[in-house]
Amino acid sequence: MPIHEKSLIRKENLVENESLVIDGVDVSGHWSTFITGRSLTDYNDDMQDEIAALPGGENIHRCWQCGSCTNACTVNAVNPEFNPRYWIYLIRLGMEEELLRDKDIIWQCVSCNKCTYACPRDVVPEGVMKATAHWLELKGHTPKSPSTEFDEEFSGQVIKTGKIEESRVIMNFFRRTEQPLAQPWLVALIKGLAFRFPVFYLMRMGMAVVRRPRTRNWAKSRRAINEYVQEVEAANRAAVGAKGGH
Amino acid sequence: MDGSNDLKKVAYYPGCALEGTGHAYNRSTKAVGKSLGLELVELENWNCCGAMEVKNVDPKIQTYLSARNLSIAEDMGFDKVMAPCNGCYHNLKKAEYDLANDPKSVEVNERISAKAGHDAYKPGKVETIHALDWIKKAVGEEELAKRVQNSLKGIKVANYYGCMYTRPRHIFPEKDKGPGTESTAKPHFMDDILAAAGAENVEFPLKTACCGGAHSLSDSDMSTKLVLNIIETAEACGAEVIATECPTCHTGLEMHQVRAEKVLGRKTNVKILYFTQLLGMALGLSASKVGVQENLSDSRAFLKEKGLG
Repeated sequence: MPIHEKSLIRKENLVENESLVIDGVDVSGHWSTFITGRSLTDYNDDMQDEIAALPGGENIHRCWQCGSCTNACTVNAVNPEFNPRYWIYLIRLGMEEELLRDKDIIWQCVSCNKCTYACPRDVVPEGVMKATAHWLELKGHTPKSPSTEFDEEFSGQVIKTGKIEESRVIMNFFRRTEQPLAQPWLVALIKGLAFRFPVFYLMRMGMAVVRRPRTRNWAKSRRAINEYVQEVEAANRAAVGAKGGH
Repeated sequence: MDGSNDLKKVAYYPGCALEGTGHAYNRSTKAVGKSLGLELVELENWNCCGAMEVKNVDPKIQTYLSARNLSIAEDMGFDKVMAPCNGCYHNLKKAEYDLANDPKSVEVNERISAKAGHDAYKPGKVETIHALDWIKKAVGEEELAKRVQNSLKGIKVANYYGCMYTRPRHIFPEKDKGPGTESTAKPHFMDDILAAAGAENVEFPLKTACCGGAHSLSDSDMSTKLVLNIIETAEACGAEVIATECPTCHTGLEMHQVRAEKVLGRKTNVKILYFTQLLGMALGLSASKVGVQENLSDSRAFLKEKGLG
């Protein structure tokens, strides 16, 4: 039988016979388009448990596949390939190879929590996306995403001083991700401001560099948080069976 | 939330953004409070709430960071803390919820607090409110309307609330409780306040859409598309101004409005102002008193034309 919706099937899964006769009927060419049979044997039985063990992934087992998350998703509206319902399906079945096709976009979840709002099963798909992105990195399937770089830079400063100073976060983030700080649009923004209020902005920028905002008597909190971070990092690595740190 | 009297003087948690890019929000919030006879007492030696980043390292660090601020409010003798930033407001609310419902969060918070040398915050002691709750409940529309000196009449406003003011809904138990309470699906507190100040609010379907603030720099193209959609929709709805109540949303809209023009060649004209700036000017404060000059989006000519500031 000819397949009408070929666009829905990946090219490599379609077979077309140049010359084929079935029961005396010539079905050569596109009349003999078939979907290749496939049997999956390489299920990753541990994938769901590993992702569920990472922060945010706890409720993945509750999913009923209703699709409310994808329907509500901010990123899906921009990129239809971004499909939380489908990824949760793959993870629950252990279809790792299929999941890895999308490994480079899963980190793009913007944490708007529209999925969490819509989910009738309290899966917290936003958390599952974060746990999955985290899992991909811990397993070495993807490098650290720009988002992870930003989170680590930001959190590092908070843990160190109790507060953040935005221009420092931005500068360090661009350095970590090896991007030029002089993005044309950033330059346009800063020029606009500096042109309007040169003295005010120069003073404030200077102040921020000299007088770094910090919480007083933070040393004990810093130590306590760092100890906890080491503990969870070790637990996360153990949960996914990964060795060593980043 | 009970009576308006105990809202006349509340603890104030500005947060990091209000000391940086969101300084205009800090300035205008304080100026509006002063003009309305409300008192804000800043938390002593506060720390970052964890914003949107720390939870991705581990959510319970964010719980500790936010709970420490709630502890400070309690120690200072307050049972209400006002946070104008959606991120701070959301995280303090989330800490309150998690400490009341998740034993593991309680355990981690107690452990870190003990090592840090202070008492662990216990839920139920301090209620976190947003600047919108504060103004609406402490003053109310009727009183606001009486105090307006420069009506916002004829200014078409799209009220933009963003994500963290309403989602996820379970951390906001006081919302969706019928008339007079805030709605998570269609929030209206900012609309109510600005309408009392004379503004003409437009019907705007993207009140709680996402600006991509979490990835403003790490996935700029995505953020630009999301912001452009919000801005172009606001313009299509007839808005001249987008009123904001979150420093991350506000800066995101301003930055990506410029980026959309530079990178995608899509120029838009809608002005972006904090609701406290609009309200402050309606109450008779000058544009500089509410920090209009500190915004990235330059709305001075527009405001002059409208007879404000």
